[in-house]
Amino acid sequence: MLEAKELRKTYRDLVAVDAISFRARPGETVGLLGPNGAGKTTTVSMIAGLLKPDRGEVLIEGRPVRGDTDPIKRRMGLVPQELGLHDELSAQDNLALFGALYGMRGAARRRAMDAALDLAGLADRARDRVRTFSGGMKRRLNLAAALLHDPQILLLDEPTVGVDPQSRNAIFSTLEEFRRQGKTLVYTTHYMEEAERLCDRIIIIDHGKVMANDSLEAVRALVPNVSLIEFEIENPGEGEWYAPLRLVDGVDSVELQGTLLRVGLRNLAETAPSVLEWLRQNGRRYSHLASQRADLETVFLTLTGRSVRNS
Amino acid sequence: MSTTAFAALVRRDLYLYITDRRAVIMSLAAPILIASFFGYIFGGVANDAPSARVPVAVIDNDQSDISHRLVAGLTADRALEIRPGTLAQARDAVRGGKTTVAVAIPPGFGPQAAQSLLGGGHPPELQLLYDPSHGAEMAMVRGILTQHVMESVGAGLFGGSGGGSGGGSGGGFAMPFTTREEPVTARKGVEYNAMGHSFAGMTVQFILFMGIDAGMFMIYQRRSGIWKRLRAAPISRFVMIGSRAASSALIAVFIMFVVFGFARIVFHVRVEGSLAGFVAIAVAFGLMTAAFGLLIAVSGKTPEATRGLAILATLLLVMLGGAWVPAFIFPQWLQKASFAIPTRWAVDALDGVTWRGLGFAWALGPVAALLGFTVLFGALALWLFRWDEA
Repeated sequence: MLEAKELRKTYRDLVAVDAISFRARPGETVGLLGPNGAGKTTTVSMIAGLLKPDRGEVLIEGRPVRGDTDPIKRRMGLVPQELGLHDELSAQDNLALFGALYGMRGAARRRAMDAALDLAGLADRARDRVRTFSGGMKRRLNLAAALLHDPQILLLDEPTVGVDPQSRNAIFSTLEEFRRQGKTLVYTTHYMEEAERLCDRIIIIDHGKVMANDSLEAVRALVPNVSLIEFEIENPGEGEWYAPLRLVDGVDSVELQGTLLRVGLRNLAETAPSVLEWLRQNGRRYSHLASQRADLETVFLTLTGRSVRNS
Repeated sequence: MSTTAFAALVRRDLYLYITDRRAVIMSLAAPILIASFFGYIFGGVANDAPSARVPVAVIDNDQSDISHRLVAGLTADRALEIRPGTLAQARDAVRGGKTTVAVAIPPGFGPQAAQSLLGGGHPPELQLLYDPSHGAEMAMVRGILTQHVMESVGAGLFGGSGGGSGGGSGGGFAMPFTTREEPVTARKGVEYNAMGHSFAGMTVQFILFMGIDAGMFMIYQRRSGIWKRLRAAPISRFVMIGSRAASSALIAVFIMFVVFGFARIVFHVRVEGSLAGFVAIAVAFGLMTAAFGLLIAVSGKTPEATRGLAILATLLLVMLGGAWVPAFIFPQWLQKASFAIPTRWAVDALDGVTWRGLGFAWALGPVAALLGFTVLFGALALWLFRWDEA
């Protein structure tokens, strides 16, 4: 089990992470959800031992990591947000190197490499240099490199950035299999749909603070009646013309992304007519509108007052 | 042609150039520094700094009035730095590069030279041992020596201090001495090969450039996320840094052996001295390069920001170390100051064990100096090293 206790990290006056605590149990996937700069990567860096917290501690199987060479670090695997691969080496040479960092050698390493390459769907490209790979293939190899030493806990820092849908699905399948094997995943993302698909527990972070920490269902329940209504505005114009819409009774949040106006409502049936009327009175035309029930995006919007991708 | 687009692209390029301060500094500082350096050492601007005196050993085996006058004249010459000693000591000093020329005055030189000046007798022979890598200085010493011999012999014959040149109106004067010149190399029969110094200098330079690449690689590791993998793995900091240093040192030694192997096959540059000394120097310089690479790795956060500065630092090291032009061309103070630079030790050391033919015991001095620089650079790099990775 992984436990983060009161982790805090500051950079001069900036509090990057402020007293973040959570537990991740075997077979559980914990999603750290938040916009860029929320403190997700800093949190993962402290857990992985890359960064010393100003305060708090990380416990693996109930005890802290003692120094750089503590064998308990073998129980963790890190998938960095950046592609931590040598472009000029082949896939198998990269894996051989990263296996050696965990003391793997000989036939055991060979078997682990073959399994990792199979898992990443790269067995037929094992001898090719990484620089010849597509972005999706590199991402899959990035994940495979972290799985090589069979860690119990996997830390994934936005592992699907910039990948094609096919590779993303392949990565998800790998992670779901990993969870079925009873392993622990800590997954940072700002993609709500990823968190909804993969995570058992959601921790919403904003400005280094935990805004919510609960099961997926419980987090959704934080805004049980909220719905979202989206308008494709034909004449969005300049400035924050939409801000007064928040004053309409029953409106929780309002946000404009380009031409897309997103309005959070406590009750769709009761408030939607008022919103439509407000738009009409204010001369805003729309070509399309759609409504949806509360999802994590809605929760984030409700908790922080802003969209996770627009922060 | 779209002038708007053209102007916009030019404006963009200029803006990008100006905003990259390090690149601006590099593009301005490098030519200024290098031009100033060469202009200075070749006497481009009149200055009061004393130019380097040529170190000359004089062995007076004659002890006559004329030989005393000759030694006094040479000692008083502002172009020379006269050092006493025995012939054996002088030979070692020339071989070791500490003395450029040794002049041995034979017994009976004074009377024989006086007779010869007047056209009688056989002229005595001055033995000159010289460092063959200092050809220009040898020519200068030859001329100065002739002047002082003529003055000394003339004064001995006619009295006064400078009568030699004024008393020859009757014809019949002859050159009062001859010389037997011997280049001091590894041993007799081994000819001086100027390629030796050239290869020493260029090998040192390009190994340092390899050191820059090694430093850049560490910065690249940080940027690419490989560093995070290393830090997350259960390995010590010594393994992380030491492995990089070891690989850099091995590459440096490899470069050294391949380049000198080529020089041996094609240009007959041989390790005339201690082979063990050559290996020790190669290893010590490799380690120094590794530490230099680490220092580069901590001096900037991005490869772009660091590369220009690192190249400038390397060029300075190479210039001041005598890899481009021999250090004896430098002004006196700079010759002394250049011993504070590792490349000076490396170039001198490689000269020493190749064409100078010096032994292992001699090589230990430069090896110790290079290891000292390794410790200094390494300690500085570790002190500045940023371990945390957000």
